[in-house]
Amino acid sequence: MAKLPVQFRLNGSDRAGFVDPAGNLLDLLRRGLGDFAPKYGCGQGTCGVCTVLIDGEPQLSCLTLAISCEGRQIETASGMADGPNLHPLQQAFMDNFAAQCGFCTPGMLTAARALLAKNPNPTRDEVVEAISGNICRCTGYEPIIAAILAAAAGGAGMRRA
Amino acid sequence: MLDVRSCASLSEAAGIISGDRQALLIAGGTLVMREVNEGRLTEGTLLRVTDPAFRQVNASGGRVEIGAGVTMAMVLANRDLSYLHAPARGIGGPAIRTMATIGGNLFAETPYGDFTVALLALGAEVVVQAGYGSGRAVPLEDFLAGRERGGQGLVTAVQFARPQNPSEFLFRKISRVKPKGISVLSIAAHLPTSGGRLVQPRVAYGAMAPVPMRARGVERALDGKPLDTAAIQAAKQAALEGTRPATDAIASDWYRREILPVHLGRLLAGEPR
Amino acid sequence: MLEMRKDLFADERDDNLNVVGKGVQRQDAPGHVTARTRFFDDHAFDGLLHLKVVRSPHHHARIRAIDVSAAERAPGVKRVLRGADVPVNKNTLLSLINFGKDDEPTLAVDKARYKGEPIVAIIADSEAEALAARKLVRIDYEPLNPVFDVEEALKPGAPVVNETYPGNYFEYHQRFDHQKLRFGDVERAFAQADHVVEHRYQMSPIEHAPTETNGTIAAPEHNDRYVVHSCAQGLFFSLGTTAKIVDLESNRLHFIGGTVGGGFGGKVDSLSEPLAVLGAMLTGRPVRYVLDREEEMLYGSPRGAERIYVKDGVMRDGRIVARYIRSYFDAGAYTRLSSYAAIKCTAHVPGPYSIPNVASDIYVAYTNRCPSTAMRGFGVTAVDFALEVQMDRLAEAVNMDPMEFRILNAYRDGDMKAHRRVAKNTALVECVQVAAEKANWPISEQARRASSLTEGGGERAQIPATPLDQRGQIGRPESRNGPATQTLPAGTTRIALSKQPVFEGARDSRPTPVQVPRYEPSPRQEAPRYDPAVAPPLPAYQPAASPPPAAPPPTAPAQPQHGAVRFSSVFGTRRR
Repeated sequence: MAKLPVQFRLNGSDRAGFVDPAGNLLDLLRRGLGDFAPKYGCGQGTCGVCTVLIDGEPQLSCLTLAISCEGRQIETASGMADGPNLHPLQQAFMDNFAAQCGFCTPGMLTAARALLAKNPNPTRDEVVEAISGNICRCTGYEPIIAAILAAAAGGAGMRRA
Repeated sequence: MLDVRSCASLSEAAGIISGDRQALLIAGGTLVMREVNEGRLTEGTLLRVTDPAFRQVNASGGRVEIGAGVTMAMVLANRDLSYLHAPARGIGGPAIRTMATIGGNLFAETPYGDFTVALLALGAEVVVQAGYGSGRAVPLEDFLAGRERGGQGLVTAVQFARPQNPSEFLFRKISRVKPKGISVLSIAAHLPTSGGRLVQPRVAYGAMAPVPMRARGVERALDGKPLDTAAIQAAKQAALEGTRPATDAIASDWYRREILPVHLGRLLAGEPR
Repeated sequence: MLEMRKDLFADERDDNLNVVGKGVQRQDAPGHVTARTRFFDDHAFDGLLHLKVVRSPHHHARIRAIDVSAAERAPGVKRVLRGADVPVNKNTLLSLINFGKDDEPTLAVDKARYKGEPIVAIIADSEAEALAARKLVRIDYEPLNPVFDVEEALKPGAPVVNETYPGNYFEYHQRFDHQKLRFGDVERAFAQADHVVEHRYQMSPIEHAPTETNGTIAAPEHNDRYVVHSCAQGLFFSLGTTAKIVDLESNRLHFIGGTVGGGFGGKVDSLSEPLAVLGAMLTGRPVRYVLDREEEMLYGSPRGAERIYVKDGVMRDGRIVARYIRSYFDAGAYTRLSSYAAIKCTAHVPGPYSIPNVASDIYVAYTNRCPSTAMRGFGVTAVDFALEVQMDRLAEAVNMDPMEFRILNAYRDGDMKAHRRVAKNTALVECVQVAAEKANWPISEQARRASSLTEGGGERAQIPATPLDQRGQIGRPESRNGPATQTLPAGTTRIALSKQPVFEGARDSRPTPVQVPRYEPSPRQEAPRYDPAVAPPLPAYQPAASPPPAAPPPTAPAQPQHGAVRFSSVFGTRRR
């Protein structure tokens, strides 16, 4: 079956690729475009490691048809840092030891980024809810929650989300 | 190999679904893409619907209609649907909620499908369109009874009478993982009152039978009574009538039966979990 | 928060260290937060092929016929692999250290021994094409009776799970169907105890559920080698295993790893490396083999289930005088690391308590379940759970506070452990005291004043006379309840081995016909007949155990050790 073209903005740059009609966005990002920030963890929407922002909304790229992303804005954790300067969430994840094996980290950062964009001053419960679709098997979540609250307290949500 | 077709209108999609047994609608993708990713779905055609009507909400009047393509996040963003915010928030994390749709939830297999439990307690009807004609409204209970057989047509929307008093609609999802996990069970109750007495209450369970079910025994125990200790006790005693819970990775059938009356009692009494 | 109690451990640590005890940034953190860390799957290759596996739907079935012709003709399919394509299609992980017999095929040939066992591998241009072709493989099965219960599996007449071990048990020391521990005379102590408390404990298998599933990308490299991006927790362990199975010199494999997306013990089995490398060898192209989540959950090995029986004798004053543990590890269909779990379990009993009479019989049983493997303290955690629940029950039986009961029985510095090693750096007393303090749990002044540094040693450092038996000899199920055959004199620190391990075989991971250590017979040492009434004299040639000297012993210069010898201490074959 012929592959289909799809074009969108990825982390601020125009990108295009060819996909199987029923191919998912995760495969296109990783195998087609070389952005390895979103990971494969389950293929069924339970783990959140493939989370990306599509037009600012968090979505699971493994469950998203790649061709449905035509013309949209896609952001991954690869695009969070401003050149050599880390995003406040990235710095807070470092400072709070919120990354251990690192596999859930890009998805966690993306979920946190989506939260702070809408809610710059979240409560702890709101942070917990925001990452409730993202599984971490190493940290026990507490360092991650602390990092997101620290980033919010430092104004991460206000400055840039 | 799987193909994908985009349909600009609901009737176009309904026509294809009626004529092609290998055509399957894909909305949020949370059910269908899993089948694709795990290699169970390798042949046929996936249909995408771009018709704006598919994602429309009409919630201001007495009769509410929610398009089947409306997501949980859209429900949460709609103030007129505040009574449905608890079940919508109970579905997955934020990323799932931006994708998962009302229509998809009707097809989610037990123990998933908690939003459908809420719709069942609201006495919802499912708008099903077969072929290019117009849709017909099917009671949700009948729709669920025939779900496994399939072939009913394209689900375009759900409809129900808006609860007069949103505080009379209760929902609770019980899971073992905090802040949320897959349902051990879920309970929804619409408890309209008149003159201090319950009038035609509707109570529904998730994960207590192969598909979401109405709790007829509980409804009978409550109907015409004030919602007091005696009525709640009677409801708890009738709680298990007609239930056929499964044993799965989340809970045993025994455990589900044990905790259902407890959580039903707490929900009706307004007590926390 | 982590807290160093200097009041309890004044001499344990220098406070002026640069790193230990300080918060130091992890060196991998910048890569993690910028998503630049490369996990095994985060590598781009031109012409990458994808491998998917056909698995047995049966728990136990003979394979009558396999028809892959339709799958081979399917679109995008480059190669279909069967057991005959695997150069060395039988392996056991610990063969690298000469422990156990090869018992597990990479692709099953004549029989499927657990549901989910790989039988055929399909390599195609895309994952979708491999998945579609997977449906076209036809396998004719003859279902066989399965066995799922560890004790059922050990009964005579049970279905034979794994023909390498026809009794359904792992064979220890080429002599026994279980691993033994004997210290003192538990039977006599039970007869004299005020209470005897026996309970059965059972735990289920536990899945590691790493967020990254097991997987590998292997590709031909320019210098006649294969580059292997692996998720393995033990990279060189996986390299050796892969080299053996695909029959390559290990220096032709260039393993790259070090970033593991969560392992917890579930990435030591080389589940994906051998097939990915074999695929790359046979197609000349990069091959990627990644388990999906369902495969990871159902067919990636779990922490094995255990059934544990604990029998204790306790006196009215709260002293435990005897403990006997009989435990069964559910290995599933193949050994993997269960043989090691039982050794660890034996090394851990009777828990951190000074008990003068201890015995244990730890079995590894084969069942038609998913093979189990390592997971965080495997062999120790489940028995610890059983022991601590048992401790609460014992405290209840003698009407004692459970915290004080533990302090009373906790081992102290200088005590002789059941493995004939002197306990050092013990701290259970202090742990219980601090736990009680944190939980506002009142304990007596006497319990508060107790210390790991006092009251140990002396009489508690003695090794008691120990009756031995020949129960559970391989191939003789009727021997399981045999009588005691001899008594080791008090003070015997080790049992003289009647057989000397001789390790041989290539160390470069080339396959060798037999990976079992050969033992040379030596003359049987005569020991006195068992007579509980007579305490045998302390033999002069045995160094009597005594409390540790106050000053640390001089450090012996490190000896370079051969791999097998170094590991042999773990398996009880090394003589000290």
